[in-house]
Amino acid sequence: MNRKPHTQAKTIAKHVLLIALCLIYLVPLYSLALASFRPGRDLLRYGITLQTLIPTDLNLENFKGLFNIRDGIYFTWYGNSLFIMLIQTMLALFFSSFVAYGLSVYRFKGRKFVTTLVIFLMLVPMQILILPLYKLMITVKLMDHFLGVFLPMIVSPFAIFFFKQYIEGLPHDLIDAGRVDGLNEYSIFFRIIVPIMPPAFSAMAIFMSMQSWNNFLWPLIVLRSGNKFTLPIGLNTLLTPYGNNYDLLIMGSLAATLPIIVVFIFFQRYFIAGLTSGGVKG
Amino acid sequence: MRVAPYVFILPFILSFLIFYLYPILSTFVMSFQQVYPGQVEFIGWTNYGKLNNPEFKVALQNSARYTVYTIALLIPIPLLLAVLLNIGNRKLNSLYRSILYVPSLVSIVVAGTIMRLLLASSSKSIVNTIAAVFGAEPRQWLLGGPTQAMLLLLILALWRWVGVNIIYFLSGLQNIPEELYEAADIDGASGLQKLWRITIPLLKRTTIFVTTISIFGGFAMFEESFILWAGKPSPNNVGLTIVGHLYNKGFQEGEMGMASAIGIVLLIIVFTLSVSLLKIFSFFAEEGKR
Repeated sequence: MNRKPHTQAKTIAKHVLLIALCLIYLVPLYSLALASFRPGRDLLRYGITLQTLIPTDLNLENFKGLFNIRDGIYFTWYGNSLFIMLIQTMLALFFSSFVAYGLSVYRFKGRKFVTTLVIFLMLVPMQILILPLYKLMITVKLMDHFLGVFLPMIVSPFAIFFFKQYIEGLPHDLIDAGRVDGLNEYSIFFRIIVPIMPPAFSAMAIFMSMQSWNNFLWPLIVLRSGNKFTLPIGLNTLLTPYGNNYDLLIMGSLAATLPIIVVFIFFQRYFIAGLTSGGVKG
Repeated sequence: MRVAPYVFILPFILSFLIFYLYPILSTFVMSFQQVYPGQVEFIGWTNYGKLNNPEFKVALQNSARYTVYTIALLIPIPLLLAVLLNIGNRKLNSLYRSILYVPSLVSIVVAGTIMRLLLASSSKSIVNTIAAVFGAEPRQWLLGGPTQAMLLLLILALWRWVGVNIIYFLSGLQNIPEELYEAADIDGASGLQKLWRITIPLLKRTTIFVTTISIFGGFAMFEESFILWAGKPSPNNVGLTIVGHLYNKGFQEGEMGMASAIGIVLLIIVFTLSVSLLKIFSFFAEEGKR
């Protein structure tokens, strides 16, 4: 039987298919990148055209323009997003791993109930909570406050579930050894378990920071004053009140997207390995 | 030692009480109230009665359709791509996988803006240029009818989520023992038979998981529509979703009570569908055994 040409044809077909698909997937981002180095007038009039896909007439005017929007408010938004992302991610990693440790190591009364609750909460749409959470934020005076943006997000059911899977995969002898050495339960967590969790932490750190960086609906509701906006909310306002500043919006979008993509490219191996090891088992 | 477990789970309990239980209960209570600034009045089932209006029906229909279609597209396509990416050259495969994943990293504001520019109404815009090749007149894609609006939302969903689902399916594939395929090879099974008899049945858990998050994501969809039509109502409400309706009622029109009723209906739908799915396939049973 001559099977070789057959499989070779299959392999070629596979790569043709995937390369075509990848090109289609990259066109939007590629066109965003090019558009951001061009004046917005044509972009607004014609949209993205075949001509705009050719890298000519590029300049840095739009990037300079970003500094001029209301005394550099764009960079204030950038800073706000970074600040919220850092605090939210660090707190979420800490609290979620802390809870996950308790759930996976001890056999205590109510454990099964709490575990089920964690899974259930993964299925509660945040969108139905926004109304009462908004009222709560008014009551506790956290409206227009960064705390109001990230406080509801720092104990993530998804992250607890993820860390729980990960901790359950660790050798339990480590914990017993800690106890023999006279460490208390919390020191065992902080001094033995946390130091061996960097792979899980980095996967979740990327995941959580992306979520925070791109979060739209909740910050849109909590934040009121222009100088407190996060990037997505700020970018969104560029569209209307200032007469469709497409060039600035596009440059601003590119500048907002780039760091996330760079982080992903650098850490993607960690990230994907982390997601696959802790996520769903087949 | 005896207190320790409870100290560990305390942050979850606190956050559950403050950020989940309290909001859910208060939404439930509010759904029976008329909320005026500074005072509230119990009005029984009136808010639920008000849901019997054309707008809510459109929203419900749109959300349900969107969910069904995203499941129909975002399960088979990523599954087959994952199967392709699981064989052959590792380096190339991980390159493809990363490229397909990148769109999910992009903020919805950015994704929506790009999409609006690709779909611009001028005859020169890229989509109209392609359409012209097939003999179609240039048109305002975003202002078309419901079918077209749904199509645009689905294209956006495909662009953003195919890569994510591929990763879930790849993780499922890695747990299928190689021996099964070797045994099938000895029996002379074809590629298609292996896919149908081994791969798909053994991906059951992953598929349930992906379906569940798709139900959740489908019914909770709002931002896509909000951004695509630039924060304005879409023409004839073609892009109106349940959450969009909730947002309009609660935050634009100040009808907190009715918005709460919408929220409760949404919660019931998502919960019933996903919990019954998980129950039917005894997802929890296996979870508890560990």
